[in-house]
Amino acid sequence: MCAAPALVIDGTAHIGADRLFGPLRLEIAGGRITCLLGPSGVGKTTLLRLVAGLDEVTRFEGRILASDGLPLAGRIALMAQGADLLPWRDVLGNAALGARLRGQPPDLPRARAILERMGLSAHAGKRPRALSGGQRQRVALARTLMEDRPVVLLDEPFSALDAGTRAQMQDLAAEHLAGRTVLMVTHDPGEAARMGHAIHILTETGLESVTPPRAMVPRAVEDMETLAVQGRLLARLRAAGAAP
Amino acid sequence: MSRALAVAASAGLALGLWQALVVLAGLPPFILPGPVRVAEALWTSRALIAEHAAITAAEVLIGLALGAALGGVTAIGLAASPVARRLIRPMMVFSQAIPVFALAPILTLWLGYGLASKIAMALLIIYFPVTSAFFDALMRTPQPLIDLGRVMGASPVRLMWLIRVPAALPGLASGLRLAAVYAPIGAIIGEWVGASKGLGYLMLLANGRARIDLMFAALFVLALLTLLLHRAVDAACRRWLDAVAD
Repeated sequence: MCAAPALVIDGTAHIGADRLFGPLRLEIAGGRITCLLGPSGVGKTTLLRLVAGLDEVTRFEGRILASDGLPLAGRIALMAQGADLLPWRDVLGNAALGARLRGQPPDLPRARAILERMGLSAHAGKRPRALSGGQRQRVALARTLMEDRPVVLLDEPFSALDAGTRAQMQDLAAEHLAGRTVLMVTHDPGEAARMGHAIHILTETGLESVTPPRAMVPRAVEDMETLAVQGRLLARLRAAGAAP
Repeated sequence: MSRALAVAASAGLALGLWQALVVLAGLPPFILPGPVRVAEALWTSRALIAEHAAITAAEVLIGLALGAALGGVTAIGLAASPVARRLIRPMMVFSQAIPVFALAPILTLWLGYGLASKIAMALLIIYFPVTSAFFDALMRTPQPLIDLGRVMGASPVRLMWLIRVPAALPGLASGLRLAAVYAPIGAIIGEWVGASKGLGYLMLLANGRARIDLMFAALFVLALLTLLLHRAVDAACRRWLDAVAD
């Protein structure tokens, strides 16, 4: 992996004639985790899909640039809500999927090493349906790490997990995604407070930034400042959701 | 065990009602033979029936294989290319407005009285259900999987082959299950229109000679054949869907 670039998203998004969000300017620091919160329907996922180059419906006027001036295509890994594993491939095959899709021979020793780090060695030959929700999410994280991309987009990746498993996945993700430029869309203020080096709330009128807690990421769930930020985020989210 | 018992009881009841109808109404065997007479015909003409059943089975199996292959290729082609969708789909829908039955005489004219025209009939009758079921499934690939593939840099061909096709196999399987039931209908129609072999031919022949018992025996074998084929295809699809992996 080469140095993780910073990103700048600057512009306005429209769907048809309707403005979805913006004008806004979102700066995502290189090698850091940036969390994006916001009420439902405000366009968080759309923004993430625009960065990934996946959105074909939204018209985005502006620019989405990497600080090193190079194109983003081919430098992004995506981890979405629900693990989205291929049910017909085993865990190892899912982790090594990217290379197969690019027509390259998969690096199976590396895939096994990453599965080992995720505590999945014993499950390498199993199909996703034989795994728990948390295990499936770990396979998805392993698959993301296999891609070894400097920019990682996370779209509410842990929202379907129970609280304990979610906290565990947040620790794993923060540990293993360290050094990459991460944009994480979430609707969980607690997740943003634990994970974000920077935290922003996307609203219909623009972008609000919230000062993150000072502790190292991933922050302890019982850290007082983290809890305070979580509370502040929730209050701001409710205010944003109540706005016309 | 209780299920087998229920099936046996149901069959026994049907046969009993049938025999009672024949006896009570005093129907002559050239109108409706009783089950005992049909069983006798089945036994005494077993070699003849088996010979013709083998022909029909061959027509059905070859038609099924060709129709499945052709339908599969068409569905993938349509799913891969919007241009093909616009050009071909209206044609396919229109072709469904033509009853395949009406084509049987023409197919016999073009392909002759042998196996080819019956295989073509079986193929034609299953082509649309197979194509349509598989195509619909191909167009419903879960969006997250497509997104994932695109971000990972998959070419359209690899996306199709490694994600869309495997994800659509249950759709293909349901098309094939339908096809297993339809294909014998196609072959039989082909045989009625013009043939010198096969169960459909045998039924016409028996009918013409007032051998209604033989006709029913042939019909019974045909139904059995269709049932077995459906079971086999269903079982094969299940095992195959389970096994689809690296």
